[in-house]
Amino acid sequence: MTNVVEVRHAAAGYDGREILSDVSLSVAAGDVVAVLGANGSGKSTLIRTVLGLVPLRRGEIDLFGTPQRRFRQWERIGYVPQRLGAGSGVPATVGEVVASGRLARRGIFRFPGAADKAAVREALGDVGLLDRIGDPVSTLSGGQQQRTLIARALAGKPDLLVLDEPTAGVDAASQEAFAAALTRFAASGGSIMLVLHELGPLRPLIGRGVVVHDGRIAYEGTPPEPAGHHAEPGHDHVHPHADEVKAGICEWAPTEGTKAY
Amino acid sequence: MELLTYPFMLRALAGALIIGLVAPALGIYLVQRRLSLIGDGIGHVALTGVGVGLLTNNSPVLAAVVVATIGAVGVELIRERGRTSGDLALALLFYGGIAGGVVLVGLSDNGNSNLMQYLFGSLLTTSPQDLVVIGGLGAAVLVAMLALRPALFALCNDEEYARVSGLPVRTLNILLAVVTAVTVTIAMRTVGLLLVSALMVVPVAAAQQVTRGFRTTMAAAMLIGVAAAGAGIVVSAEADTAPGATTVLLALVAFLGATLAAAVRRALIRRSHPPVAAEPPDVVLHG
Repeated sequence: MTNVVEVRHAAAGYDGREILSDVSLSVAAGDVVAVLGANGSGKSTLIRTVLGLVPLRRGEIDLFGTPQRRFRQWERIGYVPQRLGAGSGVPATVGEVVASGRLARRGIFRFPGAADKAAVREALGDVGLLDRIGDPVSTLSGGQQQRTLIARALAGKPDLLVLDEPTAGVDAASQEAFAAALTRFAASGGSIMLVLHELGPLRPLIGRGVVVHDGRIAYEGTPPEPAGHHAEPGHDHVHPHADEVKAGICEWAPTEGTKAY
Repeated sequence: MELLTYPFMLRALAGALIIGLVAPALGIYLVQRRLSLIGDGIGHVALTGVGVGLLTNNSPVLAAVVVATIGAVGVELIRERGRTSGDLALALLFYGGIAGGVVLVGLSDNGNSNLMQYLFGSLLTTSPQDLVVIGGLGAAVLVAMLALRPALFALCNDEEYARVSGLPVRTLNILLAVVTAVTVTIAMRTVGLLLVSALMVVPVAAAQQVTRGFRTTMAAAMLIGVAAAGAGIVVSAEADTAPGATTVLLALVAFLGATLAAAVRRALIRRSHPPVAAEPPDVVLHG
């Protein structure tokens, strides 16, 4: 059986800077692979290169057995970016954003039908946001916006989910909803490739960890156990704010240990 | 009101209503991707086209369409490379366009009055042929913007996601740029650059104060555009003011009204629903 993702000696980067120098990696059907590494190690660049968002300089990437350059079955891939776009003030409802996930399957010239609407509702139910379908995404918390993005990817009924740090800055309730949705997706035979800053609540789901360091794969195998104060008993990575936190991603201020953009 | 019995007034009204309906349907995508000023920028590039047309004894409108389209596609390509911000690219376009227009029109011995005519248009001298052109253009743009709404929404909302969905991102971007250029250039000759570029943006800005979704914003913006255009022509006829500028002012009044209404509504909601229990913690800090 052909691998879902096959990366052979890939090099990639932006402008003059090479970020990945020689990366090889395969994701088989049903695999759940976590791409780990420090900030700036190239882990996000790796998945963005797999998706074709960063141009490949050397090496080869196959998606579902087809060279990336000739790959057209994008409906088989569900992409969950790190953030909902900053937005320009033109409102969009949760349902409208999630409906974008149906485009790859439907094509741009057909209007959404009953199957599209059912898939949107199902995906929103899967992440526990069906009751917010008519609300503007700007009124959602950061974690709920992130769940909206995973619902958008799930609505397209992909075979492979690619997620870029889906749990960064996400509240505990959303992290759980997230882990549950991903677990169901993996249990139904889906493959997952996700970038993580740390394993967190997704730890039980991860089959294999790949650590990127300095543009290369430094480690590949069972996910590394937490070490240092991360391993202390009772350390659950949750430090709730006492105050009510304002909705919207812009108000979320990066703090020590989280990644700032 | 009896001014509206004159055919020239009816043609002016029809032209304004068409632009009032179509411009926001196109403009909402431009606002969504933070290119609110592109209409005005393209209008200024079109002036260079007018200059080229006058200098080479070709149709100024045709030359303007060609030059404006090249300019719009140029801005799109600059934006796509990501080396220059959309804001700076627009400024370069704006100044280059107007300077080129002034120099070329000056060289062609036609004087600046000619340039002003292209910049501000003259709604009241809309000919039946003009109306046919505006009507045909409007119908084509409207159909394209409505039919491609899911794809254009996805593109303007999250371009990288659209790319990974396999959408023809560059083609759609260039389509949007070309449609904007052609619409502005053809409409500015008749209704004026001010009216067409303002009606792409102001009704959208007004609508989004009170709407919750993209589809409702689009519908409300088109409604506000039509209402402002209709009222603008009638008011300007009664008050003897410039029709295009009157329409734009009325659209701005709609924006202020909508902003005020939204603020009042928020205040009322706050009063009737005092904050209940604090929401569950929203942020997880990794430490």
